[in-house]
Parts: sequence; structure tokens; C-alpha cells
Amino acid sequence: MPEENGNGKNGNRVGLLERVKAGVKEDVHSLKTDMPAKAKEQIDLLKDPTKTQVYTSIFRHKHDDTPRNRALGVLSNVFLHLHPAKINRDAVRYSYTWGMGGITFYLFIVLTLTGVLLMFYYHPSKVQAFRDVLYLEHDVPFGKLLRNMHRWAAHLMVIAVWLHMFRVFLTGSYKKPREFNWNIGVLLLVFTLLLSFTGYLLPDDQLGFWAVTVGTNMARATPGLGHEGPFGKQLGMTPYNDVRFGLLGGSIVDANALLRSYIWHCIGIPIVASVLMIVHFWRVRKDGGISGPAPVMLASEVKEPRK
Amino acid sequence: MDWRQLWDIASAPDNVPIVGMIPLLAFFIYLAWKQARANDRLIGELETNPAMAKTHHRKTWPFRPGWQKEVHVWPFLLRIEFLAAIIVTIILMVWSITLYAPLEEPSNPNLTMNPAKAPWYFLGLQEMLVYFDPWIAGVVMPTLIIIGLMVIPYIDTNPLGGGYYTWKQRKFSIGTFLFGFIVLWVSMIIIGTFIRGPGWQWFWPGQTWDHNRLIYEVNRDLPDIFGITSNLAKGIFGAIVVGGYFAIGGFVLHALFRRYNPNDYRRMSLLQYSIMQFFLLTMVALPIKMLLRLMFHIKYVWITPWFNV
Ligand code: HEM
Repeated sequence: MPEENGNGKNGNRVGLLERVKAGVKEDVHSLKTDMPAKAKEQIDLLKDPTKTQVYTSIFRHKHDDTPRNRALGVLSNVFLHLHPAKINRDAVRYSYTWGMGGITFYLFIVLTLTGVLLMFYYHPSKVQAFRDVLYLEHDVPFGKLLRNMHRWAAHLMVIAVWLHMFRVFLTGSYKKPREFNWNIGVLLLVFTLLLSFTGYLLPDDQLGFWAVTVGTNMARATPGLGHEGPFGKQLGMTPYNDVRFGLLGGSIVDANALLRSYIWHCIGIPIVASVLMIVHFWRVRKDGGISGPAPVMLASEVKEPRK
Repeated sequence: MDWRQLWDIASAPDNVPIVGMIPLLAFFIYLAWKQARANDRLIGELETNPAMAKTHHRKTWPFRPGWQKEVHVWPFLLRIEFLAAIIVTIILMVWSITLYAPLEEPSNPNLTMNPAKAPWYFLGLQEMLVYFDPWIAGVVMPTLIIIGLMVIPYIDTNPLGGGYYTWKQRKFSIGTFLFGFIVLWVSMIIIGTFIRGPGWQWFWPGQTWDHNRLIYEVNRDLPDIFGITSNLAKGIFGAIVVGGYFAIGGFVLHALFRRYNPNDYRRMSLLQYSIMQFFLLTMVALPIKMLLRLMFHIKYVWITPWFNV
């Protein structure tokens, strides 16, 4: 009855009720025919989820096992793209790098995660710090495990950094063109140790207090900048204006020192260390990837560099 | 023999890492040494056999012409990384479940800890406090260690031994590093951790820590031994001794280095050579000063109104 739709003809108007009835009928009909068809389409689509828009928006290439996809799997992933797509077949030998750089980095990640969790339970104030640690150990679910993991991962990281440096030295990997990256590494070593040192004070117990007291007392003796150091007095240093005062935010290890430690430990040094790590990894790639295991060179083949 | 005392030190939670690090270090030294020996043997062979040197792929493991030179990072590298991460996680978990991080009494400025020890990785520096004034042990030495490490790539002019383990081609640099890292740094840490007790006194492993032990050590200064009394004379004397050490030591080093490492010597510029001399002599001065103190009870060599060395 299409000609009866709209305003009708010759005043022969179709009633509102009629029109609604016809419309609903059509709707019901479409439910019966369209929906099953769409459902079928949908099921077919879901049988292969890799074709959905959501999926293709996340993963930008296929995953069948072709060389191209293996490469893309690394290159199109922000976390993995630090790696090249392919490396020398010998570079994966564990006995060469001992995996120590990677393990150091992994421990840094573990420390970041456990550290952030610890921050939820910790106030850097003289009144609360020690109690927070007690609370963490006795009342927080898995609090003790959390604290232990943070502690031991820190110790492991120090060991791993030393071993990493040791292997880099033994393989002569600091030689041209990697001199600069070795220097970034030395800075990372220093910051790793500083991270440990600043963290030591945070539980505010006897152990940390005295370790930090002994440690910062040495700053008193800085030549020229400490009030007990050589030429310190002559340059006007007192316990209230020398480097130690600057480090502790006071002349004794107290509330200000705790706050300063906390900020260096949780914010300052991690940011600097992260930036340096980014540069470090970048340079490993830009210097031509891992240095070896390289073919051995003979003394008779050395080309004398131009002076 | 007080086993209990020894156990107390070795099992203190914060000391467990250093106890674990010693065998780990031994293992990795062994691993490096094994590869260095294999490479050195290959180098020797190739040097005597030029025909082989032309064709050999120059690694100690087999390689056939048809083999691919490169492999995909996924899966060949990433699977190793994931495996390493899992293993480290498991070790860390087990360790954290079985060993509790220490927590002492709340901090109390009026109650001194004795001995007040830094965490183990700083005990090398703390041990140096015995032999040097704090401005040297706590400020100058760490600074020199950092700068010393940083200059290594710029003063090591040896073009051989980059990218593989070797001993024959890098005897001098590897020997020096082992001396600095293992002999000085690690053993100072071991002394600081296992030997030093209350009052930072020397207790042999297994000797009971006696908190009341007093040692009357008569420490002398070098000028005293020579009967020098006036301040001016002491200052001048010390300057001469320290300057003399660097002059004579430098000369001896020069004589040795020239003879036994002629290639490096020829390649090095004056600046590189003097920097190497300075750091080597400073490094060697450390055990010398330690011996002076431990064997002859000599505290200072150079005394001035502003600083003592
Ligand atoms: C937070 C500390 C550090 C992290 C996370 C780190 C990470 C890494 C990683 C993942 C690599 C790739 C190869 C490998 O795993 O061995 C590497 C290479 C390298 N690292 Fe580090 N590193 C750190 C500290 C250091 C230190 C202390 C040094 C030396 C003083 C150093 C010098 C180098 C050099 C020269 C390379 C290139 C080695 C080669 O090409 O064979 N790094 N680092």
C-alpha cells in the first residue's frame, strides 16, 4: 500500500494506527530475516578474531610464521624495538655476554614495580617511616615479601652491574667505537650505587641511620667544600653551609635528610638513571650492536691508525 | 675457633649477597678464562699458519659455508631473554620468601651502632678510612675511581682483543683491571665484611668479637721516624716523599712498560701516557699505604697544617 503512505491522496487518509501497525510489522520481519543473517556473519567473523577491527588496530601485521612477520613482531613493538630484527648468529651465545646487562635492566624494572607498591605504604617522615615499615611487615598482605623482594633485587642489581662491567672489560667491548657507551655505563654504575645508598636510610632504623651518618660524615671532609676538609675553613665552610649540609638539609641526619633521601631515591635518581639507560641501549645499537663474539684478530693485521 | 661468630657474620641477611657473589665471580672468571684460552690457542694456530688464517672464520666453534650468518631476534634472542627473566624472578622469589630483610631498632642518634657498617658494596671505601683521612678515602678516592674507569677507553690504545675473550693479546690491561677490581676492590670488601669487628678492629675469621678489646697501637708518622719535628720541615719532607714516589715509581713503570709493552708504548700520546702513569701509580699507592700501616704502624707520610696524607 505504498501509495497510501505520506499525506495520502484525495483526502483518503490512512489512519495513524494503520501506519504504525505496518511499520512494526516490517520491523518484526527484519528481525526475523536480517538478524540471523548478521548473526551468521558475526560468527564467521569471530571464528577468526585476527580480522576484527579491534585486533587489527592493536596488532599491525599478521602472525603467520614468515621471516617478514618475525621481523615485524620485533620492529613494530615499542618494547621490543630496541632490538634489531636480526642479529649475528653468535651474538645470542650466553657465554659471551653472560646476559648481565639485560639482567641488570630487568632487576631495575622489578625494583620500579615493587618500589611503587612500597610507596603506597610509606610516609617519609620521622614520626611515621619506621612504623610504616613495621606495619608493612606485619599487617599488609604480602608486605614482607614485597619489602624483601625490593631489598634483594637491589643487592642483586649491584652484583649484576659489577659483573656486566667486568665482562664488558674482559671482552674489550669499550674499545672503538664504544668508548662513549662505556662512559654512560660508568655513570649508570654510580647511580645504581647511589640508589642503594639513598634507599638504605628510608626504614629509619639503626642500620640505615648509622650507615648514612658514616657515609655523609665523609662529605664533611670534602676538600674546599666541607668544613673539616683541606682548605674548607679557609674558604669559609662551617657545619651549616658545607656540602654535607646541602646533602642532609641540616647539620645532622634527621627529618630533612629522610625527606631528601626519599625524593632522590624515588624520583630524582630513577629519572636520571632511566634517561641514561635509554641512551645506553640506543648507543648499543648505534655502535653496531653487541661487540662480539667477533672473529679474532692477529697482531700482524693491525693497521696503524693515522696520527 | 668461634664458628658461631663466623656464622653470625656470614648469615647476616645483608651479607648473604656478598657471600653469594664470591662463587658467582669465581664462576664467571672461570667462564671467561676458558674462552680466553680457547681463543688464544686459535690465535696461535692462525699466526703460524697464514693459509689457514685466510680462510678460517676465526671463532672457536664450527661454521659451515651454507649456514646463515644472522638469525631472527624473535625467537632466538627473545626466548633467551624471557627465560633469563623467569629464572631471575624465581631466584628472587625464593630468596625473598626464605630470607628476611633486616630491620633494626628505630634510629637513635644517642646509641651508636658498633661496628657501624655501610652496606657491603661500600665496605671497600669504609676500609680505606683506616689508611687514609676521610677526604681521601671518602671523596678523592671515589672520584678517582670513577674518572679512572672513564678514561680507560681513551688510554687503552691496543687495537687487539675487541669483541672476544683473550689473555695473550691484552695481558697488561686485563692484569691491571683484575688487580684493581679483584685484588683491591673485592678483597677490601671481604676484609670490611668478614674481618672488621667492633671499633673497626681486625678480628680473624672465627675470632670472637670482643666489644671491650682495646688495642694500644702506637701509630707513628713517617717524619717522626726520621726525627723531623718542625712543621715546615714535615711539610717539605712529605712533599718530597710523595713527589719522590711518583717520580721514582713513574720511572720504574716507564722502564718496565717500555720493555714489556713496546707496542702500546709506541702508540700512546704523551697525554695518554701520563694519565695512565698517574692512575696506575695512585692505584699502587693504595696497597703500599696499607702495608705501611699494617706492618710498620705508620699513619701519615705527609703532614701539613691543612691536610695529611
Ligand atoms: C644500570 C646499569 C646498566 C644496564 C641496565 C646496562 C645494560 C646493558 C645492556 C642490556 C647491554 C647489552 C649487552 C649485554 O647485555 O651485555 C649493555 C651493553 C654495554 N654496556 Fe651496559 N648496562 C649497565 C651498566 C653498564 C656499566 C657499569 C658499564 C661499564 C662501565 C656498561 C658498559 C656497556 C658497554 C660498553 C656495552 C656494549 C657492550 C658490547 O657491545 O659488547 N654498562 N648494557
